[in-house]
Amino acid sequence: MKKLLSGNEALALGAYHAGVTVAAAYPGTPSTEILESIAQFDDVYAEWSTNEKVAMEVGLGAAYAGARTLVSLKQVGLNVAMDPFMAAATTGIDGGMVVVCAGDPGIHSSQNEQDDRHYARLAKIPMLEPADSQEAYDLMAVAYDMSEEFDTPVLVYTTTRISHSKSLVEVNRKRVAPARQPGFKHDVQKYVMLPVHARLRHPLIEDRLVKLAAYAETFPHNQVLWGERHLGVVTSGVAYQYAREAFPRASFLKLGMTYPLPRNVLLEFADKVDRVMVVEELDPFLQENIQAMGIEVIGKEFIPRAGELNSGIVEEAGRRAGLLDEPSQSRQVDLPQGLPRRPPLLCPGCPHTGLFFVLNTMGQRSKLLDSSGKAQGESKLIITGDIGCYTLATYPPLSAMDTTACMGASIGKALGMEKAGVGTKVIAVIGDSTFLHSGITSVVNGVYNGGQITIVILDNGTTAMTGHQDHPGTGISAQGKKTQPVELERLVRGIGVNDIKVIDAFDMKALRAAVRSSLDSPELSVIIVRGTCAVRLQTRSGPRAVDMDKCDDCGICLRLGCPAIQKLDGQLYIDAALCAGDACTICEQLCPKKAIGPLSAAAAETPK
Amino acid sequence: MNKQDLLMVGVGGQGIILASDILGEVALTAGYDVKKTDTLGMAQRGGSVLSHVRLAGQVSSPLIKEGEVDMLVAFEKLEAARWAHFLSPGGLAIVNNHAMPPLSVSMGTARYPTDEEVGDILRRQTNRVCFTNGTGRAAELGDVRALNMFMLGCVSSFLPIDVDLWKDCISQRLPSRILQINMTAFEQGRKETSNVNVG
Repeated sequence: MKKLLSGNEALALGAYHAGVTVAAAYPGTPSTEILESIAQFDDVYAEWSTNEKVAMEVGLGAAYAGARTLVSLKQVGLNVAMDPFMAAATTGIDGGMVVVCAGDPGIHSSQNEQDDRHYARLAKIPMLEPADSQEAYDLMAVAYDMSEEFDTPVLVYTTTRISHSKSLVEVNRKRVAPARQPGFKHDVQKYVMLPVHARLRHPLIEDRLVKLAAYAETFPHNQVLWGERHLGVVTSGVAYQYAREAFPRASFLKLGMTYPLPRNVLLEFADKVDRVMVVEELDPFLQENIQAMGIEVIGKEFIPRAGELNSGIVEEAGRRAGLLDEPSQSRQVDLPQGLPRRPPLLCPGCPHTGLFFVLNTMGQRSKLLDSSGKAQGESKLIITGDIGCYTLATYPPLSAMDTTACMGASIGKALGMEKAGVGTKVIAVIGDSTFLHSGITSVVNGVYNGGQITIVILDNGTTAMTGHQDHPGTGISAQGKKTQPVELERLVRGIGVNDIKVIDAFDMKALRAAVRSSLDSPELSVIIVRGTCAVRLQTRSGPRAVDMDKCDDCGICLRLGCPAIQKLDGQLYIDAALCAGDACTICEQLCPKKAIGPLSAAAAETPK
Repeated sequence: MNKQDLLMVGVGGQGIILASDILGEVALTAGYDVKKTDTLGMAQRGGSVLSHVRLAGQVSSPLIKEGEVDMLVAFEKLEAARWAHFLSPGGLAIVNNHAMPPLSVSMGTARYPTDEEVGDILRRQTNRVCFTNGTGRAAELGDVRALNMFMLGCVSSFLPIDVDLWKDCISQRLPSRILQINMTAFEQGRKETSNVNVG
């Protein structure tokens, strides 16, 4: 039966059919849908873990107990999980353990661009790379067998264009039953990494790598596809698809297993073609490993290291490398000039908007930009930000974020700034899911070290940016079970914070008062700003409208950056289809002329 | 089997991903190889959304090259202009005649292009430009969110795929309480572009 599946759906289905019984993840684009897909099966335990490190540890424990286990995360998520990942590589497993890591070349939704394939080499474990959804499905079965045969976790590496592309999958397997009942085999030399035991493991890891390299020589998903012999292309993942279009007549060595590499296969392939080009996204990972074998190849001299590839870029690289004689098939295209950009925005009715408007005005941040939008001068407030929808408050008109580094970093950065001596008007802003992910220990640190910073936790009751996953604060598991919710107030109080305020996200006066009071407070203070994510509103009522008889065109409402408040050809209006209405009303609270009110009561009409 | 590279563009929240999902499913049922990929940026709403759908006997890259799109399906006028350079010479542009000003336009720091400018940008690539009143029609039906099925109806009139396959897939994908209005929107879209001569 053929199905149109995304790479992530195919990975999950492949894992399910391979007999996975435990899956753990923290949401992160482009990996999120893997856990969401496998969570739909009743005979799998699937959890949203607090963060990727915990997910890896849960996965490791399950694998120690003999279960086939799936851990899925995004490229920077693996940074978070590196400690237990290296431990897993060191101890090995019992039940098969596969870690799916989804890279994000082109930085569609990440804070940096990094090539996680290096982690396979660092950890000395095998890595597989699917090139479409079919291979995503097929390789998962192989990965679990390999994991158990070689006593190692296996890294399956995908990218946005594999994880988030849909293509046809022949679903030709059924779920295999678990090979054995769960149970833990006592073996301290394998599982207790005292130095004396870890020293014994290292030679075993080196030996495992040699055996894996031998295995790679006959790995069936390393395929040679002969074409003309003037050019041989070595490639993997989605880069194969681009190279296939750019060099339709060339010979290909398409690698399904990209660490360790099959030396003899590579030597033989290189021997039979005139030139070898390696086509890969981001770093010259394959290229340098192949060159280290003494094989002459070209690649990153012509193919960009930064950003996502496509067929056109690869074709152009081939032309510059003198590999394509024929002139470009694609004609020169005129890019439209001067069109207004359309960056993503906080939604209409977003519970973050009010807080950021308050921070913008209290910090007099609109003065930070000159007429061309360039930054100048120092703010009266420093706002350290974090990872979530609220990072969008960086853009004008809210312009209320100064830094964003990585998950959970806002609080540590704020304390560091204060200790460096910038004063105490430093505010860390962090979402609820991100706070639970990796903000808690920073509050402990701030209390312990006598910080005076203000911490705002934006509690919208969901992990919004990745598509509304539950988290420990919601008390609902990945599989919809009710559990004990972690209460942020009690958690923070338990750490030792005394100055805690809980504020309605849509009460502008209360927000302003709370921020002012916390900034003046001589101790570390926490403001929990609570409001339902606008996308999750069950019902919408009372869209607002502008009474043009009262409106004096002052433009304050536009400074909220609300997508529902629009102005075209000089006319201000609120798009009733977008407005969150009674659930929000912050524009109404702001309007000095009281010109905004419920649509039915206002005289104004929304233009069609 | 002729290849068809379709690019669906618009603004987050307009239902583009569901529309391109249905298009992919229908093409699969009709026997095409299908690849589909979306570019969403980081937020759910308000930003530019781009969905590549490729249909052929065999498809390699999920991304369509610039200048090779056979059908540009734009849910919003500014987005039609923004992605016009993807059109192949003589490709078809189906454009919902509706403006959603981005924030910079509302704030007065940027100008929304005139209809003439949008038309000129598109016609630099192709003469086959078809403006439709999808948002207006969907609003008349009682739900502007039916725009995506209206646009799919337009697309269907240019693809050699049996209309029943479209209707079956839409029936399967949409909840029954909104099915009627969306099916009507699909039929209206199909009718609207069936009668236009776009060369």
